[in-house]
Amino acid sequence: MLKDADRIFTNIYGIEDVGISGARARGDWDDTKALLDLGRDKIIATIKESGLRGRGGAGFSTGMKWSFMPKEVGERPHYLVINADEGEPGTCKDREIMRNDPHKLVEGALIASFAMQAHAAYCYVRGEFFRETEALQRAVDEAYANGLIGDNACGSGWKFDFYIHRGMGAYICGEESALIESLEGKKGQPRMKPPFPANVGVWGCPTTVNNVESIAVAPTILRRGAAWFAGIGRSNNTGTKLFNISGHVNKPCTVEETMGIPLKELVEKHAGGVRGGWDNLLAVIPGGASVPVLTKETCSTVLMDFDSLKEVRSGLGTAAVMVMDKSTDLPRAITRLSKFYKHESCGQCTPCREGTGWMWRMMERICDGKATADEVQLLEQVTYQVEGHTICALGDAAAWPIQGLLRNFRPLVEVRIAGQKPQQAAE
Amino acid sequence: MSATPKTFLFTAESEALAKAAIAKYPEGRQRSAVMPLLDIAQRQSGGWLPMPAIEYVALYLDMPAIRVLEVASFYTMYNLKPVGRHHVQVCTNLPCWLRGSDNIAHACKHELGVDFGETTADGQFTLSEVECLGACVNAPMMQIGDDYYEDLDKESTVNILKELRAGGQPMTGSHGGRYTCEPMGGLTSLNHQDDLRAEKVAARAGAKTTGGDDWC
Repeated sequence: MLKDADRIFTNIYGIEDVGISGARARGDWDDTKALLDLGRDKIIATIKESGLRGRGGAGFSTGMKWSFMPKEVGERPHYLVINADEGEPGTCKDREIMRNDPHKLVEGALIASFAMQAHAAYCYVRGEFFRETEALQRAVDEAYANGLIGDNACGSGWKFDFYIHRGMGAYICGEESALIESLEGKKGQPRMKPPFPANVGVWGCPTTVNNVESIAVAPTILRRGAAWFAGIGRSNNTGTKLFNISGHVNKPCTVEETMGIPLKELVEKHAGGVRGGWDNLLAVIPGGASVPVLTKETCSTVLMDFDSLKEVRSGLGTAAVMVMDKSTDLPRAITRLSKFYKHESCGQCTPCREGTGWMWRMMERICDGKATADEVQLLEQVTYQVEGHTICALGDAAAWPIQGLLRNFRPLVEVRIAGQKPQQAAE
Repeated sequence: MSATPKTFLFTAESEALAKAAIAKYPEGRQRSAVMPLLDIAQRQSGGWLPMPAIEYVALYLDMPAIRVLEVASFYTMYNLKPVGRHHVQVCTNLPCWLRGSDNIAHACKHELGVDFGETTADGQFTLSEVECLGACVNAPMMQIGDDYYEDLDKESTVNILKELRAGGQPMTGSHGGRYTCEPMGGLTSLNHQDDLRAEKVAARAGAKTTGGDDWC
């Protein structure tokens, strides 16, 4: 279990003062100028060495991403864009950073922007997070008032502005190129890549899009050193991570833990265990709605990190752990996710626009006991025709939960074909 | 609810907000402000966007009206039809569903006497089903206006609606006896904050009667 001394988010529950004096007492903004004085190359090298992988789901090396920005600033200014469009079902970690520990994000934005030679960061916050936006804006205002950001950020001579842009209710804007489109005042429809945002991003300028958590951990990594962060967790899966544990547990919660903590330990130590005990567990979706569902057997041993979950053909995603006990109608649960993807498809690519609706309707047929065995097979085929055939990953995300269901829980689907209800051992 | 107005103009207050929004973006990129401006227009219009408001924003930003309409119709938080004074949005996505959002939805429908997508006859409440609102460890939950109401059960849901109907402001956040997203009943990390947590939870409970922790 992670020691309190190694936690980055020391006010994640908002219990202590959220404002700047509380933040300072917890170590934020402590000689930030010295961190900037390390220089761009050293900052990026440290983040690389720490092994920090993007916390938004894809898990790409954050330091590597920063290094893709042009070395020299040409005619086009550089921008940092922070993705706070948190909408992956099960995920509510960035919300807690913004409302309870917002100074970590503002300080991280300054450091990341400086490292990438950006004078402005735009934080794209989902529109429903109105109170969270207010909390973040308060932190930004405090930072300006104290000279921590602005024309001469922390006395470093670097000019840095932090702006909040509110989304207005579109899951797809969590995809980085859709987010950029939205920031430009358009419908949030993903762009083809290349060109990548590091070359042509917002307003045609070099842009890096990072998740809130990735940015918010950067100051602590620089203060405590790459070796400290890299020493937590396993190789290639380092550091601490915010986990959201929801669903059929006794005490749903958000908690910062070691990357690679066993799933069972995470659920039992922090979330009060599975409702009715571990043996009452049916399935867990370990990383937000998009990743395939796991059986109890896998959950008993799997570690919560990128590579371990990939090995069991699922994913860490956003580390949003959705626990389902044996009372759950699992095909119905996956159908609810299919409905979500149908609702959120932006409509740009045919396989996704048509496929998400088709897959949802087929899932409804299965749940209603109307589907034939051939149709289940056809559904499985169609998921593979949607996957990988769209501009962005929403098509993949819609396919994976169904693939996971059919791969790991096929008997629960097959009893539906026979027109029976699935076994509900808990009842 | 308001009838469709024939014209729309920003009030002085909206105008100031609009100018501040546009100033956030670089020179010549004022189009980026279309989303905040539509939000400002929607708030001024009582929670929805009549066509004249969309056209006004287009003129304001020197954009073709169709581009603004595209934005207004793409994002779910813009309402293209009038909504009630209180827009009750119940999350029914998986984490909420697992913890009884069907009961919350039923309680809302029963208490308000309307189905999803409908508005009460007195124009006080519009009820909507929404996708994940990102408060999953506080499920089941709903959003009303700008506020989240979390850790709900049938009783707390009905109480919130009754209080709003009576013109009050219900307690926002958790109705399940916790402060924010910490484990119920005691911390499992940052234990030095546990006494302060208990104080804060007690203060919340003292301020308003909470819904209790029996999950529906």
